[in-house]
Amino acid sequence: MKKFAGKTLFLDRTDINTDEIIPARYLTEVSKEALKPYLFEDLNLNGFNPRKNIAGRRVIITRANFGCGSSREHAPWSLETNGIHLVIAPSFARIFRQNMFNCGMMVVELPEAVIDHLFETYAALETMVSADIQDRLLHVKAGGQAEQIPFSLTDFDLALVTAGGWVEYADQHYNLNLT
Amino acid sequence: MGKTIAEKIFDAHRVDNPSGDVHVLSIDAVFCHEITTPVAINDLIARGKDRVFDPGRIKAVIDHVTPAKDSQTAIQGKIMRDWARRHNILDFFDIGRNGVCHALFPEQGFVRPGATIIMGDSHTCTHGAFGAFAAGVGTTDLEVGILKGVCAFRYPHTMKINISGALPPGVFAKDVVLSIIGKIGVNGATNRVIEFTGPVVDAMGMDERMTLCNMAVEAGATCGICRPDGKTVDYLWKFIRNEFPSKDDALKAYQRFWPDADAQYVEVLEHDVSGLQPLTTFGFKPDNVRPVREMGTTPIDQVYIGSCTNGRLEDLRIAAGVLKGHKISPAVRGILSPATPMIYRQALEEGILQTFLQAGFCVTNPTCGACLGMSNGVLAEGEVCAATTNRNFSGRMGKGGMVHLMSPATAAASAIAGHITNSELFAKQDSD
Ligand code: SF4
Repeated sequence: MKKFAGKTLFLDRTDINTDEIIPARYLTEVSKEALKPYLFEDLNLNGFNPRKNIAGRRVIITRANFGCGSSREHAPWSLETNGIHLVIAPSFARIFRQNMFNCGMMVVELPEAVIDHLFETYAALETMVSADIQDRLLHVKAGGQAEQIPFSLTDFDLALVTAGGWVEYADQHYNLNLT
Repeated sequence: MGKTIAEKIFDAHRVDNPSGDVHVLSIDAVFCHEITTPVAINDLIARGKDRVFDPGRIKAVIDHVTPAKDSQTAIQGKIMRDWARRHNILDFFDIGRNGVCHALFPEQGFVRPGATIIMGDSHTCTHGAFGAFAAGVGTTDLEVGILKGVCAFRYPHTMKINISGALPPGVFAKDVVLSIIGKIGVNGATNRVIEFTGPVVDAMGMDERMTLCNMAVEAGATCGICRPDGKTVDYLWKFIRNEFPSKDDALKAYQRFWPDADAQYVEVLEHDVSGLQPLTTFGFKPDNVRPVREMGTTPIDQVYIGSCTNGRLEDLRIAAGVLKGHKISPAVRGILSPATPMIYRQALEEGILQTFLQAGFCVTNPTCGACLGMSNGVLAEGEVCAATTNRNFSGRMGKGGMVHLMSPATAAASAIAGHITNSELFAKQDSD
């Protein structure tokens, strides 16, 4: 199972789309690892510098509708190859959300007000977040402050994360069509 | 309690319900193209599971970059070709037979009312025009689809958009769908299925319904669906004539997927299109929509007519109607990509390609290339394109480029003018 903990990158914008996460010009790559240097290369966000800001980050906290646009799983892979396995936002585009769990990674949806609070309190600090998936609790820590935030995760999504993704899960559960 | 179209399709395909909101469905057709499939193939090989659940239910095409533009895209094509051969996938469309997936597969008769379809492509929702549940998925879902013929979806909560009124001349399905996205936003239908219904949809041909459903995903929808009717049956008849004694019987069979009168919708939106004007996008989100008249004189460098949204014969006819007898502005590069070889041939026979060529357009082979900035019309930094495509994200057609989405009529008129403008030229032509 993947790890869901580490230093946090705050991306303060709604509707960050998959073309911004990984531009189409890199879709000619047929290996996941090759995507690593290009994560967020086209992200439209004032003052953001992909090379500098991504290094060492393991968790992203962002705004609504993250991952909208194309179905490319290259978006989660470009996160994965950079060691980012957890994205936290008020909402996600359907395909992106599914792709994350399908890869054994995780998104956490929190109410808008909680995300606002996280931005206000922690965005300027060096913040550590870790997700305890059995108890469904996020541990947030920065400077002297710490708090715990409950989140919901369906049993199915938990099973995907635990299995390591949808291929593994489907393999264990559906053999109906195999000859 | 009554059911929506998507709920009925779910009921007919459910193989598992692993937790409350999640439904695993059997999949009738898995569509594949060369951008998202090779990674799935490689992963299946790496896992020692290089198998396909049913070669007859897998349809594959090379369409995004074709012919290959460099070694990398050549490798993507080769992986697809070898895979199709290895697994005896007969419906594989390579150079000479290939075209934009969402135009090609319906044309080949691979879509049926009530069917479930997945593809590693977000605009798979296009096929909902036939009353199918067709959804874009990521590569892992595609991989499991190829291997097992199943896919998991959340419950298909449905939003009904009732489109009424009379479309003014010069206003098309593209304007209708842009107006809807402008109204509900890029997130307005996330995790929902949109049922497009009402007299305007009934009056639309299949090409226009595909344009409508194509852009459902730009509002976040899982799928756009139109109920199958006589036009659906007419379109499909040459493929289904052996399955049904008559068209009436076919329609009757497909009517079992009509929504019940007491179906439950999460939202019902009344959308009157009388008085709708030609629209275009500004900015980098498909819901940044405004009337073309309010664009001032936005100069353009390129006009692109094509894509799974508006590269079909009807679109080419409309654009040619505007272009006839005109030359495009010398400041503009005009590019036409007919969506499939059949559309290309018909456009050739009808003299449409001649009209485009005389106007000063370049006509490419059927491909997606420019739409996603990979080939055949990539923009340079700072350039502006008037396009009949579906996405105006920053960098979509090339890093630092700007895309304005619009109907083929507006795009053709803009090519002539050199800036974004209404197709009043078209209206004039009409009354001649
Ligand atoms: S035409 Fe554009 S949107 Fe449609 S499938 Fe091709 S790249 Fe995707």
